[in-house]
Amino acid sequence: MTGPEEQPDEARVNDRYADPPPVTPDVDPARHNGHRPADPVVADQPGDLWDRRVAGGLAFLRRRLSGDYEVDEFGFDPELTDAVFHPMLRRLYRDWFRTEVSGLEHLPDDGAALVVANHSGTVALDALILSTALHHEHPARRYLRLLGADLVFRMPLVSEIVRKTGGTVACNPDVERLLRGGELVGVFPEGFKGVGKLYAERYKLQRFGRGGFVSAALRTGTPIIPVAIVGGEEIYPMLADIKPLARLLKLPYFPVTPTFPWLGPLGLVPLPSKWLIEFCPPIPTAHLVDAADDPLVVFNLADQVRETIQQTLHQLLERRPDPFGP
Amino acid sequence: MTPGGSPSPPGVVVVTGVSRYLAAHVAARLAADRRIDRVIGVDLLEPGPEVAGLLDQVERIRVDPGAVGGLLADLDVDTVVHLALASAPDPQHGGRAAMKEQNVIGTMQLLAACQRAPRLRKIVVRSSTAAYGASFRDPAVFTEETEPREVPRGGFGRDILDIEGYVRGFRRRRPDVTATVLRFAPFIGSTADTTLTRYLSQPVVPTIFGRDARLQFLHFDDALEVLHRSVAEDHPGTYNVAGPGVLALSQAIRRAGRVAVPVLEPGLSGAIALARAMGFGRYGLDQVDLFVHGRVVDTSRLEREYGFTPRSTADAFDDFIRAHHGRAVVTREQLAAAEQLVLDRIRQVRAAAQERS
Repeated sequence: MTGPEEQPDEARVNDRYADPPPVTPDVDPARHNGHRPADPVVADQPGDLWDRRVAGGLAFLRRRLSGDYEVDEFGFDPELTDAVFHPMLRRLYRDWFRTEVSGLEHLPDDGAALVVANHSGTVALDALILSTALHHEHPARRYLRLLGADLVFRMPLVSEIVRKTGGTVACNPDVERLLRGGELVGVFPEGFKGVGKLYAERYKLQRFGRGGFVSAALRTGTPIIPVAIVGGEEIYPMLADIKPLARLLKLPYFPVTPTFPWLGPLGLVPLPSKWLIEFCPPIPTAHLVDAADDPLVVFNLADQVRETIQQTLHQLLERRPDPFGP
Repeated sequence: MTPGGSPSPPGVVVVTGVSRYLAAHVAARLAADRRIDRVIGVDLLEPGPEVAGLLDQVERIRVDPGAVGGLLADLDVDTVVHLALASAPDPQHGGRAAMKEQNVIGTMQLLAACQRAPRLRKIVVRSSTAAYGASFRDPAVFTEETEPREVPRGGFGRDILDIEGYVRGFRRRRPDVTATVLRFAPFIGSTADTTLTRYLSQPVVPTIFGRDARLQFLHFDDALEVLHRSVAEDHPGTYNVAGPGVLALSQAIRRAGRVAVPVLEPGLSGAIALARAMGFGRYGLDQVDLFVHGRVVDTSRLEREYGFTPRSTADAFDDFIRAHHGRAVVTREQLAAAEQLVLDRIRQVRAAAQERS
């Protein structure tokens, strides 16, 4: 098998839409558009591709049913994530949003980093797409450990899906624990202010909270990698926010989009915008470990991250004149 | 010598709650340790038949743990091991009111007596990881420094918070006494018999819909080992005691070969009230809290200071499964056999289809 790390860089960029593990990327141009050649319908003998797939699927089922898998202390279940969630998200990422990623070389192959991104989209799909991008495109196939608001963990089912895919509550003890364990942690400092803003305010970064993410990075000496995500704002363009209804349902906002709530469940289908994700050069923090409790240092660093993301957003928007283009 | 080990083991040890399984085992183990001169078991109740045999070497005194003051002075006691805690209300012995009386008032009185015992050198108190409360804002992993963010709904959890509060007060007033607080994860193993082991040994196990708690267990033998070392060595402070690693509740149920039946949480609380009113089932809000929030603790302090690592949560649970596999609905072997059967049938069908074409 040809691992992605053995290919020349350029081939990897061209091959971004191929399913892992990529097989000889240059020979099949159709692959570049995410097209997969059909597998032979009838196999020749036992031990062929289909036999292996059936056997693999059955073994997976047996392992799941007998509890024969590992879960880490945060509840992360890598087997389930790889077998179920990432393949589903990859369809959305590749076929629906046609995502293009740049700057992956700024992410370490191993060791910790704090990935800080802008937040948007009424429904926080951008977090999922970002983690898919990282797992799918990065040579080391890294997992992004996302941080969610406590509201996410109040909801049954949702909370468990988030935990099983590697997420945890956004609080400093958890962030520092993950960073000390050498994980890539994804944080969206805008929080609900970013996800729940109106379409008119698209790509305008909101306030960055108290900069708790910066002090977590400083205390652990972890580099901060700013990320700009373009495309998330158009998936559910929020035209209005019905505040009384939001208060009644105890939600941070109640969105009205061109399709929701008018079309009912159909309104939950995201619009197929074109996505661009750019990872910026890391901001080292190892020399600032002693300044983790200095509010001025924390504030300045948070501001630097915010500025970097905002500028990169503008550059990406220039590269993408049509939000629903190819 | 182990880290923090004491040069002189204690002379006279008092163990409270010896009518119960854990305290009886601890007392028996301490009595068998030649370094310790005398072990005195204290309880209001006569020990049950399952533990009576253990207590041959242990002097027993039937007295309320609250009225232990005179005893401490008369016998020159230098170590008290406080294990007289009820983790669930027992309908035959006064229910929740008696449980609170024993846990909270009992501990308060015992600590008051200890405070006035001049020869006392050490106190070891059983606590629980329930001390971290249960909140949606909780970090995923609790270290000993984590403060509870919300008072738990369950009675046991609230009692534990009270007990730890009293110990904090005791530490302030008697800084010369080595106080060890052990926050135990739920016990499990081939012999442990707790609310949780009874729950997990049913063939069909009710769970909470949309929640899959992260659980940690502690093997009963490891709990004994840690308690023994706490008496024989000096380890002041508070320690999480749990098996490293995590099992999700659904995973634990599957490993045990049981079938999970998800129940909506409001319905579950009602069902618990009903079960209680009908006099069976000792599940309470403590279990609901645990199954909604899960509970995972960091045990690095224990490993560092005691030089001892309990067997992992998964290994401890395996021991439990081996002892209770008789009531399993689906076993691992059956699943493996089913897998092989389905695979063989698919291969046969495909081979037949190929021959025809």
